[in-house]
Order: sequence, then structure tokens, then C-alpha cells
Amino acid sequence: MTTIAPEEAAQEAAFDATVAADERIEPRDWMPEAYRSTLVRQMAQHAHSEIIGMQPEANWITRAPSLRRKAILMAKVQDEAGHGLYLYSAAETLGTSRDELLDKLHSGRQKYSSIFNYPTLTWADVGAIGWLVDGAAITNQVPLCRCSYGPYARAMVRICKEESFHQRQGYELLLTLSRGTDAQHAMAQDAVDRWWWPSLMMFGPPDDESAHSAQSMAWKIKRHSNDELRQRFVDICVPQAEALGLTLPDPDLVWNEDRGHYDFGSIDWTEFREVLKGNGPCNEQRINRRRQAHEEGAWVREAAAAHAAKHGKAGR
Amino acid sequence: MPLGDDALILSHRLGEWAGQAPVLEEEVALANIALDLLGQARVLLSLAGDEDELAYLREEREFRNLQLVEQPNGDFAHTIARQLYFSTFQELLFEQLASGDTELAPLARKAVKEVAYHRDHATQWTLRLGDGTDESHTRMQRALDALWRFTGEMFEPLAGLETLPWATFHDVWTTRITATVEQATLRLPEGPQRGAWTAGAGRQGLHTEPFGRLLAEMQHLHRSHPGATW
Repeated sequence: MTTIAPEEAAQEAAFDATVAADERIEPRDWMPEAYRSTLVRQMAQHAHSEIIGMQPEANWITRAPSLRRKAILMAKVQDEAGHGLYLYSAAETLGTSRDELLDKLHSGRQKYSSIFNYPTLTWADVGAIGWLVDGAAITNQVPLCRCSYGPYARAMVRICKEESFHQRQGYELLLTLSRGTDAQHAMAQDAVDRWWWPSLMMFGPPDDESAHSAQSMAWKIKRHSNDELRQRFVDICVPQAEALGLTLPDPDLVWNEDRGHYDFGSIDWTEFREVLKGNGPCNEQRINRRRQAHEEGAWVREAAAAHAAKHGKAGR
Repeated sequence: MPLGDDALILSHRLGEWAGQAPVLEEEVALANIALDLLGQARVLLSLAGDEDELAYLREEREFRNLQLVEQPNGDFAHTIARQLYFSTFQELLFEQLASGDTELAPLARKAVKEVAYHRDHATQWTLRLGDGTDESHTRMQRALDALWRFTGEMFEPLAGLETLPWATFHDVWTTRITATVEQATLRLPEGPQRGAWTAGAGRQGLHTEPFGRLLAEMQHLHRSHPGATW
């Protein structure tokens, strides 16, 4: 039997009181070890998702069909790198380092969002990612602006502003395609058909299978359950799809008057688990590309460190 | 239009780095420079006509960009050498245009601030790589040497801008590049800055082989849907 030292009991009481009062835990505050490690895991995964998430969109930068769209897409991918940097810094307040986290990403010990293991096959996918993937991300992330850990909550405020902008751009891209030529309309519909279900999977497993949910909600890291957020997302998307003039690929999707929500079909959780396990269409490609960029950049980082050492400047 | 093509094509090359940079800070920096250049390209091309028609519907022989900016990214040192050579030139040119009264003056006044940042970024990396490790020193020197033969073309007077001090540009450019290169413990490349061994001059629509492939990728989607809006 473990005896809790009186000092630690007092710290834990103070922590619980802060969380209960909806105040913020800051880096120097005492926190339970499990709270710290949960946050590191979640923030690292979030940061990794921003970095890996650059790839499916960067895939279209050199082929963007107009200079305006090209500029928008470049700016978006740049924002994602910025979000990654921001989140790694926030995670570093918990006593880890960016290098350590990147190493865990490269060796497969930490994950990134399963959505980025799907390929961008046409230009319309750039729009579908903006509308659906960023839309799902925002639905997930807006409540994180009230997360109990201060640095994470503040990072999310900034990130969500940019994400909403991206989402509107994606929607506008799809709207242009949908109202364009027949070929463009078909391209938009095809992209929505391919991205709809993977976007719903972004909210994670159903509540009764979600391993970390209860504890995260008690700690106010999470504010709503996976299924709650997923439902909210579906309710938002259905009228938007109608406004776009596009359909969603779900024959069971129907308004339920009693619930005041849309009912929707069942998600293919086998596919979800396979993608998480590394067997999605692009898992191998995404992580290899990331490792390759890191390895090929090693001599550059070494040069910067050597130069800084010679000239007495702080370097990474 | 030649200046618009320079910015357009170099921006495209930098866009190829997205997701592949050696550090996250460089993802942001390279994309930032690419965006600045794309912004310049859009203004410059719009002065000559419809930006998308000019970017997406011209053939290789109709582009007037420098051969320097179409050169493949190579390793990070090659990208930095290309940036150093070009941004040092562009800064001189835009400083001059900003104080003039041509139709390019308003653009130049805005762009000169961006370009000063680009030149500083390239200079700082030239110093880090040149005066970093043995490997980075070797790579940086190799990159400076490899791209040197494309630098002469920058100083050919452009149609409509013949009155600019092109010879002075060359002198000041050489002075500035020499200072950076020496501070980076590197040496100024030897050999001609242009010559019969280059295919021709980009300014006359004579490009190097990688350029056609760049255009094929850039224009493919736009050309597949004639008349569509995006």
C-alpha cells in the first residue's frame, strides 16, 4: 500500500481545486504525473498532425490551377508549419523537447491524426480537406480553447482563428468547383465522397471504446465526448453540403425530429483501426517522407549548430 | 514581364520544398519567401495581361525568366546559393526602381522590403553553411560554383529599362556577394558568368532542360479544363 505524503496530498488538492474552479494549470504548477503525460501525448500528436498534414496539401502546390489558389494553398501549408512549431513549444513547457517528440514521431512511438493517411488524388481534395478535415478539426479544437492546461488553451485560441479561415477557403474552393463545369462539379462530388467518412473518424472511437475519455474529461482537458462532437459536426455539415449543391455519401443520413439531430449511418471501424495500425493508403509514404526530410536536413542542422558554437550564438 | 516570370518560377521552385525542409523554421521561411515572390509575380504579370493566362497558357519558348531561377532545388545549399545570387540582384534592381517613376515603382517600393528580408535570409544561411561543418562548407562551395554560370544573365539590360545602371548593378552585386562569400570562409567562383555552353538566354525564351518539366507540372491541371474558373 502506498502512503501519500501530506505535502503531495495538499498539492493534489490544490490542483483539483484549480481544475474544479475552471482556472488554468500553468507550467510551474504541480500536476499529477498522468495529467502531464496525457497532455504531452495529446499535444505531441496534435503537433505531429500539423506537420504530417502538410504533405497531402503540399502535394498540390505545384499543380494549383490558378495563381490565387496557389497563394492561398502555400499560405495554408505555411500556417500548418507554424501551428506545429507553436504546439511543440507548448508541449515543451511540460518538460519534453521538440527533438525528443520528433524522434518519437519518426520511430512510430507517437501518432498523428489518421486522416492524413488518405491520398489527395485531385485538386478538389484540397477543398474537401479545407471544408471537412479542417471543419472536423475546428469542432474538436474549439473546446480545447477552454482546456485546463494554460499553454495548450492559449495555443488553441490562435490556431483556431487560422483554421476557421482555412475552412472557409476550402468551402469556397468547393463551391467554385460545384458551380463550375460538369467535370469540376464531378471532381468536387468525388472528393467529398472520399473524405466524408474519414472526416467522421477524426473524432475518435465511439464513447464506449474510448480509452482516455473519462479521465481527460475529469481533468477538463476534454470538454465533450467523441460522439457528441461527431454529432455536432454532422449537424453542421448537412446544410452546408446542401448549400454547396453536393451530396454526402450516406444513405442513412436523415433528420431526426425527436432527437433534433441528424441520424447517420455506421462508421467502418475496421478501416479506422487498420489506418491507425499503419495499414492506411499513405501511412508508409507519409512517415518515410518525414523521416527523409529530417535525415536529409541533418547536415544543415549540424552546420547551424557548429556555426552558432563558433560564433557564440545560441542555436538549436 | 521578364521580372514577373522570374518571381513566378522561383516561387514555384520554393513551393517544391513544402514539407521537405531541414527544420520547421525553414518550412515557414521558404514558404514565406515563395509567397512574397508569388505576390510580386501576380502584380507584374497583371501589368502585362491576365495573370493566369500568362502563367498557365504560355509555352516554354515564350517565358522570359532567367535560367538561374528555373534551376532545380538540389540540396539546401543549392537553394540558398540560388536565393543569394538572385535576391542580391533583385534588391539592387528594386531599390533603383523604387526611386524611379516607371509603372514598376509602386510595386518596387513594396517589394524592396520583402527582398531585403530574402537577401538577409540567404546571407545568414550562406554564413552558417560556409562556416559550419566541413560537409556544409563543401556543399555550399559546390552550390555557389554550380550556379555561377547562370549569374551573368541577370545584368543584361531589360527592354524598357535600358536606362537603369546595369553595369553598376553588376559591380555592386559582385562586391556584396564577395563580402558574404568571404565572411562565410568560401571563395568566389571562378570562370565565366555566362557563355556559349549555356543553352541560351532565358530572356530570349531559351531555357534549360528542367524548365519544360516544371511547366508541365505547373500547367497540367489548368490546361486540362479549358475555360474553367477556379
